Amino acid sequence: MSTATQHNVLTCYHCGEPCYNEQLLAHQKSFCCAGCKNVYELLQENNLCTYYSLETQPGIAGKQGLSDARYAYLDDADVEARLLDFKNDTISKLTFYIPQMHCSSCIWLLENLYKLNLGITETTVNFMRKEVAITYHHPKVSLREVVALLARIGYEPSITLADTDGKEKSKTDYSLIFKLGVAGFCFGNVMLLAFPEYLSVGKEVQHEYGRFFGYLSLILSLPVFFYSGQGFFNSAWQGIRQRMVNIDLPIALGLLALFVTSLYQIVSNTGAGYLDSFTGLVFFMLIGKYFQQKTYDTLSFDRDYTSYFPVSVTQLKQDGQEESVAVRSLEIGDRIRIRNQELIPADAILLQGNALIDYSFVSGESEPVEKVAGEVIYAGGRQVGERIELEVVKEVSQGYLTQLWNNAVFSKKEETSMESYANTAGKWFIIVTLLVASGALVFWVPRDTSMALKAFTSVLIIACPCALSLSSPFVLGNTLRIFGKHKLFVKNTGVVESLAKVDTLVFDKTGTLTEPSLSELCYTGKKLSALQEMIVKSLLSHSTHPLSQRLFQELEGEVKTVREFKEISGKGLSGEVKGVFVRAGSAAYLGIVPNTADAAQTAVYVSLDGVIMGHYTFQNVYRQGLQEVLKGLKIDRLAVLSGDNAFEKQRLQALLGTAAELNFNQSPVQKLEYIKQLKRQQRHVLMLGDGLNDAGALKQSDVGIALTNSITNFSPSCDAILDASAFAKLSLFIDFSKESMRIILASFGVSLVYNVVGLTLAVQGLFTPIVSAILMPISSISVIVFATLSVRFAAKRAGL
Amino acid sequence: MLIIFLLIGISITVATGFLVAFLWAVRSGQYEDDYTPAVRMLFENEAPDDSKSLKSKI
Repeated sequence: MSTATQHNVLTCYHCGEPCYNEQLLAHQKSFCCAGCKNVYELLQENNLCTYYSLETQPGIAGKQGLSDARYAYLDDADVEARLLDFKNDTISKLTFYIPQMHCSSCIWLLENLYKLNLGITETTVNFMRKEVAITYHHPKVSLREVVALLARIGYEPSITLADTDGKEKSKTDYSLIFKLGVAGFCFGNVMLLAFPEYLSVGKEVQHEYGRFFGYLSLILSLPVFFYSGQGFFNSAWQGIRQRMVNIDLPIALGLLALFVTSLYQIVSNTGAGYLDSFTGLVFFMLIGKYFQQKTYDTLSFDRDYTSYFPVSVTQLKQDGQEESVAVRSLEIGDRIRIRNQELIPADAILLQGNALIDYSFVSGESEPVEKVAGEVIYAGGRQVGERIELEVVKEVSQGYLTQLWNNAVFSKKEETSMESYANTAGKWFIIVTLLVASGALVFWVPRDTSMALKAFTSVLIIACPCALSLSSPFVLGNTLRIFGKHKLFVKNTGVVESLAKVDTLVFDKTGTLTEPSLSELCYTGKKLSALQEMIVKSLLSHSTHPLSQRLFQELEGEVKTVREFKEISGKGLSGEVKGVFVRAGSAAYLGIVPNTADAAQTAVYVSLDGVIMGHYTFQNVYRQGLQEVLKGLKIDRLAVLSGDNAFEKQRLQALLGTAAELNFNQSPVQKLEYIKQLKRQQRHVLMLGDGLNDAGALKQSDVGIALTNSITNFSPSCDAILDASAFAKLSLFIDFSKESMRIILASFGVSLVYNVVGLTLAVQGLFTPIVSAILMPISSISVIVFATLSVRFAAKRAGL
Repeated sequence: MLIIFLLIGISITVATGFLVAFLWAVRSGQYEDDYTPAVRMLFENEAPDDSKSLKSKI
């Protein structure tokens, strides 16, 4: 017994997992499995034990029983060419995505990879992206060996079909930062040159150097006008061509008025112009744009099935030899072998073995489906249990799942969301501004023509809706940041606006409302004694069927020897334990006709010495925090779309309330249609899902949030990714996005006050350069400060 | 007061230098990853004699 307790205390020196099954020792250190020990020995031999001193137990628990042969497809020149970033006669460069990377030890080991293989010349880690860039001498080491080495030390790179698609890797777009840099530089210098004007002592300086300063500022503001501010003018022009007023139109008009007035004043030597305000405005607005554009580039929101599919599959040749080939080159009639937990890449017919396919990610069914030889297995399922042999009947690109994905209904038309707050406000703004400006013109023309022109341009200049254009990027940008801090990663700021309008919430069931890795064991029937439970457990220990395995883990007791063990695959088990004849399996196997209510459910029936005792069922475990979410929701319509059967209906109804609409056995297309129908009723739909089966619905809804246990894992394309641990905060997120919209309105109000004051001065022609120089930056900055602070404050109050 | 022209000329030249340096730094990807270099610089440099005698087993 003492050894048993010791086992519980010991953890693996490499990965930190408790050493349950076996205890392996090397250099007085204990390891949980041979995999971990091998990695340790490899590192030890090559003097890489710093790995263990940087962080304790940094390793990744080794996966067992995977042979290096599965990387054979990497020898294929075509696959290699698709993966490599660069190649010449001697060196190759490429970048791998390694999701396992998690600590500084990982960085250290990966950057010291050259010590393990002399062919590798350089490795550079980008920790935030979990990427490693590798340079190697390809005569000395092959791509396959590099990948095998990484896999061996626990950092298997994730290579998916999408990587080999040869899609252009999007280069980071620096143009906005360049524009920002140029605008900042010009703003600073123009401001410096305009300084004498702000001060009363500037009179004589102005007299002597005014022209020089003026022309210099003009030169400095040219790059701002032609380069940095280009985006505003382009967007406004496009708006005009489509006969639409967007927020950029008043901005462009204001900027143009500022620049032209300044140009006139400087050239005609009548004044110093407003170039400091002009460059400053462009600079501030670019900051706003930058803030709005800030994205989570480590996350990918637009993934399709190809990032879910593996690159290679084991093909069986005529002579029975296994060979690893690229999935893309699979042809109809090829025979493939799929092992436990591997994905079926193409629609295929089952030839051999007991197929138990887990379609939970594709269809939402929580229980694996049994298939017998001769049945067609659709791509996307995951085999659970023993290895199977299949014959491909359709090419990868022609498969059911792929077809579904390419289905036209799946592609939502990206409506250019011109309906955003700022744009609607901008429309009214420009109408009022133009009215006021022309009013000033009409008033002054009979009295004083030069004053009329001055008042007209002053109105346009002061009314420049910088505050309008600044408030919404800053409010939304800050909201995005706060969401990100609480693990809701939103694709762009437009999503926050949509989220605020949501009035209907649709959940997927499997994996979204329920915890995918957990299920609660439920027993109905005559009570089993401890001894009887032990007998059942002993029987189950011999079966590899996933249901048996799950049940085995839940039951208590020691394992005794089983005699005359028999397993009829897909039906049940029988055997003799301690003189008791036990049978366990499906209802049909034990000759029971279950009640109709139970029929929909997967159950394991047990009989002892021919007497039926009862049955075990697995109940879904709903996510923690579901109650809080439901309580906090201020939404009048709730629905559940499940690909699963209706067995849990009553429990779900009790949980969600009677008003909730529950729909079961929904196919991906049905889910999509349901959302479409809701939208036709003018509903703003928030869909929460997790699997490929929700992909269409997620795209169709106003806001599609993908729930995932690990944000770097595959998730279907969506508007936002929510970490499962933050699920309980869902209602807070919705409330907070509404709060953000109110803050935008409030900052519109602040800018309105400035505009009223400014316009009153402007129409009277009282506008002096000093007032404009002070008022304009102050109004911009105060709006930025107001937006940032109030979002922070609101977040604190909302408990985020 | 001619000196003002000279000073302004110099100040703008220097500022342009900084602008160019900034644009170069952005283009060369120095702002791509602001986490890993901070960790990397803390790694010890090991004695070089060990790496010479390494047994490459792969």
